[in-house]
Amino acid sequence: MSLDIKPSKISLVIGASSVGTLIEWYDFYIFGMLATIISKQFFPSDAGTSALLSTLAIFAAGFIVRPFGALVFGRLGDLIGRKYTFLLTLVLMGGSTFAIGLVPGFATIGWAAPILVLILRLVQGLALGGEYGGAATYVAEHAPANRRGFWTSWIQTTATLGLFLALGVIILIRSNQGVEAFSAEWGGWRYPFWLSIILVGVSIIIRMKMSESPMFTKLKSEGKTSTNPLKESFGHKANFKMVLLALFGAVMGQGVIWYTGQFYAQSFIETVCKVEFIQSRNLMLWAILFATPFFVVFGYLSDRIGRKWIMMLGMLAGILTYRPIYQYFLDATNAKNRTEKIDLVHTVVSEKLAIVDAKDGTKLYVVQKFDTAYTDGAVFSYTKTDTLHLANMVVDASAGSIQYTQANALDATKLDTIKLKLKPAKGIILDATKTAVVTIAAAALKPSILVEKTLDKATYWHLIWLVFVQILYVTMVYGPIAAFLVEMFPTKIRYTSMSLPYHIGNGVFGGLVPFLGTLIVEFTKTADNPAGDPLAGLWYPIAVASICLFIGVIYLTNKVDKEVMD
Amino acid sequence: MNTIKKILGLVWMIVAPAIIWFLASQAIQKMATASVMTKSNVILQWGIILTIFTPICIGFFIFGYYAFKGEYDQLPASSQDLE
Repeated sequence: MSLDIKPSKISLVIGASSVGTLIEWYDFYIFGMLATIISKQFFPSDAGTSALLSTLAIFAAGFIVRPFGALVFGRLGDLIGRKYTFLLTLVLMGGSTFAIGLVPGFATIGWAAPILVLILRLVQGLALGGEYGGAATYVAEHAPANRRGFWTSWIQTTATLGLFLALGVIILIRSNQGVEAFSAEWGGWRYPFWLSIILVGVSIIIRMKMSESPMFTKLKSEGKTSTNPLKESFGHKANFKMVLLALFGAVMGQGVIWYTGQFYAQSFIETVCKVEFIQSRNLMLWAILFATPFFVVFGYLSDRIGRKWIMMLGMLAGILTYRPIYQYFLDATNAKNRTEKIDLVHTVVSEKLAIVDAKDGTKLYVVQKFDTAYTDGAVFSYTKTDTLHLANMVVDASAGSIQYTQANALDATKLDTIKLKLKPAKGIILDATKTAVVTIAAAALKPSILVEKTLDKATYWHLIWLVFVQILYVTMVYGPIAAFLVEMFPTKIRYTSMSLPYHIGNGVFGGLVPFLGTLIVEFTKTADNPAGDPLAGLWYPIAVASICLFIGVIYLTNKVDKEVMD
Repeated sequence: MNTIKKILGLVWMIVAPAIIWFLASQAIQKMATASVMTKSNVILQWGIILTIFTPICIGFFIFGYYAFKGEYDQLPASSQDLE
């Protein structure tokens, strides 16, 4: 069957499908982008790395349920049609994202907070599981055989553009609000979630104007639609073996390459290399901006030379270069590889400030910020926090300063009297004339030192280039994959059959990259090496991509299926 | 090539249960050595890992079985071949 579709309709089909899918990706990504803040808001404040890991686990839970969304909505899409199914997924996604922004923090409702967030995250995952297969199928079923890779590649750009939008919105709000207001319980970090309801509303209006896929309409009018898509997709060996081949020979490798390039890279640059929040996100934005057109380039190319070898090359490139790239990230951001600009090693940029712990009034934090400038223009900022345990609580909450004595650092027989300004607790106005005198019972042996690195221009652009290279691999594996999957399965069960391997590969194998990467690094930490091996987390995507590459090369065909309409 | 596909099918059938065994032994080891503070998190993390990867490994075993039986010697040329 050949389709005669006007160019103006083609643009509408691609535009309407892509906008909705982009917004769903935006909704899905803001959670991951804000993982550090969410871990502080929805988990006990003293949980540290465990809270972050639990947040990443909730983040991953959203990915894990995607295959179930693929089954539920894929079945619906093959039964009632593509259009109404992905309208439903949009409503679910928008509603759950908006609701996450309304959940009170752990400080207010305790463990109900992470449980509610987990439930809403699961709804998000289910909705996304139904969305992508529908959009890719819908566009592919409008496309002529020799342009299928090119057309569906526009849908492929939405995942990266959704990330771009999420990053942009977060940076904009954080820059305007400042760190403290942004990170507060009801602070600016919630706005990106609330914004979703407007975006989804607009997208629903656009999608309502779309008509059903011509192939599905034809099948329906002939009474040839599937009566049980799940059984036909996974109960028949002939189709099920193709589902398995799609997963293990293409999508699982594509999934880990994608999430390593776009998520693990950002997480690594921020949490391991300690590059400053805004700069680490800005460099991702630049890399995404430069690399995104290549989705369309490789989609187009796949129509000419076949899908298989482009995807396999992308995987091979990732396998061979990930470790050198991430080693460069470490070396380029290491203070030991730089020359300090001035003799004075630490330039104090703020006076010492005392903060009484909000929950435990006998715990006092002494905070001091200082910078180290380097000859190449980089500036590394350090926030040193000493924790002191008081013999008794600070009784006067309105005292403007605090005074205590402690042993001299050079001569322990002498005592120094320390007087520091107190940071006011929420809603309390301090009296600068009052001083609270306290006695120190004990001091923590090691201060905690928070590092934020502002990179020099050359290093900054080197990092952008290397993230760009990783996203280029993503465009190679991801650009042609929608057309590749569409061509593997027949129209009447396409939505169900292609959605499941796609979401297991991306949602499970890919979505677990940040979580498993962090966990593997944790395993390498020992008493002798408390930092562990920061590159160990890369073994997971490298191993999965290697197995997938091997299977893909041996078992897949490079043939482009011209008769996708059967 | 078809012989290689079949031999590799056997390899996948061995690798799949080996991965489950490796993950299960790691889970037991990590849970046993976890401190009281982190135990619930370690159980949660490994619970997620095992719940997800066990069915995937079963799928991988079936993939290996199909490959061993020669199901991938000739890939379908049209949708009729899938019915």
